Amino acid sequence: MAGYNNNSVKITPPRWLLAELTYACPLQCPYCSNPLDYASYKTELSTDDWKRVLSQARQMGAVQLGFSGGEPLTRQDLPDLVKHARELGYYSNLITSGYGMTEEKIVQLKEAGLDHIQVSIQASSQELNDHIAGTASFAHKQEVARLVKKHGYPMVLCVVLHRENIHQMPEILAMAKELGADYLELANTQYYGWAHLNRDLLLPTKAQFEQAEAIAQAFKETVAGTMKIYYVVPDFYEDRPKACMNGWGTTFLTIAPDGVALPCHSARQLPGLDCPNVNDFSVQEIWHESKAFNFFRGDDWMQEPCRSCDEKAKDFGGCHCQAYLLTGDMYAADPVCSKSPQHGVIQEAIDAAQTATVAAEEKPLVFRNSKNSKLFV
Amino acid sequence: MTINPQLPLSFSRTHRLQWEEAQQKFVILYPEGMVELNQSSAEILKCCDGVRTLADVVSALEEKFATTGLHHDINAFLEVALTNGWIQQ
Ligand code: SF4
Ligand code: SF4
Repeated sequence: MAGYNNNSVKITPPRWLLAELTYACPLQCPYCSNPLDYASYKTELSTDDWKRVLSQARQMGAVQLGFSGGEPLTRQDLPDLVKHARELGYYSNLITSGYGMTEEKIVQLKEAGLDHIQVSIQASSQELNDHIAGTASFAHKQEVARLVKKHGYPMVLCVVLHRENIHQMPEILAMAKELGADYLELANTQYYGWAHLNRDLLLPTKAQFEQAEAIAQAFKETVAGTMKIYYVVPDFYEDRPKACMNGWGTTFLTIAPDGVALPCHSARQLPGLDCPNVNDFSVQEIWHESKAFNFFRGDDWMQEPCRSCDEKAKDFGGCHCQAYLLTGDMYAADPVCSKSPQHGVIQEAIDAAQTATVAAEEKPLVFRNSKNSKLFV
Repeated sequence: MTINPQLPLSFSRTHRLQWEEAQQKFVILYPEGMVELNQSSAEILKCCDGVRTLADVVSALEEKFATTGLHHDINAFLEVALTNGWIQQ
């Protein structure tokens, strides 16, 4: 597949590999970043395929590895893959809902060489957690968080924030402290996949967001040195976009359950990228020569206002998936940017979410499950 | 945070110090992150073995590099390392 690298851009090696082992998941989070039509991707890479991919990417210099999904614990070969990753020298992370985790598994994965476990909790109360997850899981998640800690892993707690739980910020922080989290990821929802679909019901108001952020900032100072907080801002309330993926094809490599290689985990929805599959090409070929990975490398692809912007080296024009979802044009500046001629769509989204809150007959959240996914196939 | 000269220094159990062939440098790995180290920082951290104190580390490195007067720089770096949770006392 030669020919897509125009040689004008210096290609840096991948550092982070996200291995989406499966789309299977017992939970139904309405903000899930998996594709809406995930039910149509039925094939999964075999154990040997994954081992080959891990080896190839490691050889190129990837070192941070995330096992994710779906729920990666549904893959029976997880300990085997963890062991292989450890032997190769990866620093590996299991990104899990905790569902299906047992103490035995935690010990087994530790012995296999897993470095840390990130447990997601949907809210600080059982009622809300179980409602958002679409599955009764709160008590078990707390238990898993304790066991992760007990067995000597750094414990990373992740809470995705949106309008239904953002008011619980004080309780969420207290819960993190009580569970002894070493790292707390407070991730404001990013509006792709299922979150985009449910945006009217998930996007908090600016006042809610600012209040929650102020509480989190104050807390951060009280736990300095014992708990590290990663705060992911909701970029709808910023006036510059995020530097998406640290630059397209510079650092991050995602492999989807069926072996499709993606420059970012939602790139699958972008038209005409022809994302390559690890069944057909080596990671080396994919990273260097594929159309998809070279597509937005450098800045030749840019239109105005990005092309002549003096900030383009800072944010690379923002997120292409967001530009595509919100403007229909993946080459456009991310509309989060106040210089974008389409910046108005952000305010429209905020207004629509506001209206949905006040409206008496709110349309319900669409939960992420196979039945709903089949509607998008 | 300041280094207690009486206590031994140990590298954090929840971080990993590792040589990266592709980058030709030592790195510290931890959840969601990686710090690339220059050679002298890596040499200092490798000495944090749970036995040696600040003075031991200084004399070990002064001997290794046949030099003197490293105390100030090593102490300053170890303070940074302690604040970042890379080492413990
Ligand atoms: S976000 Fe929720 S539904 Fe989606 S994979 Fe994670 S746990 Fe499953
Ligand atoms: S115009 Fe484009 S490059 Fe400039 S700040 Fe906005 S998104 Fe970034």
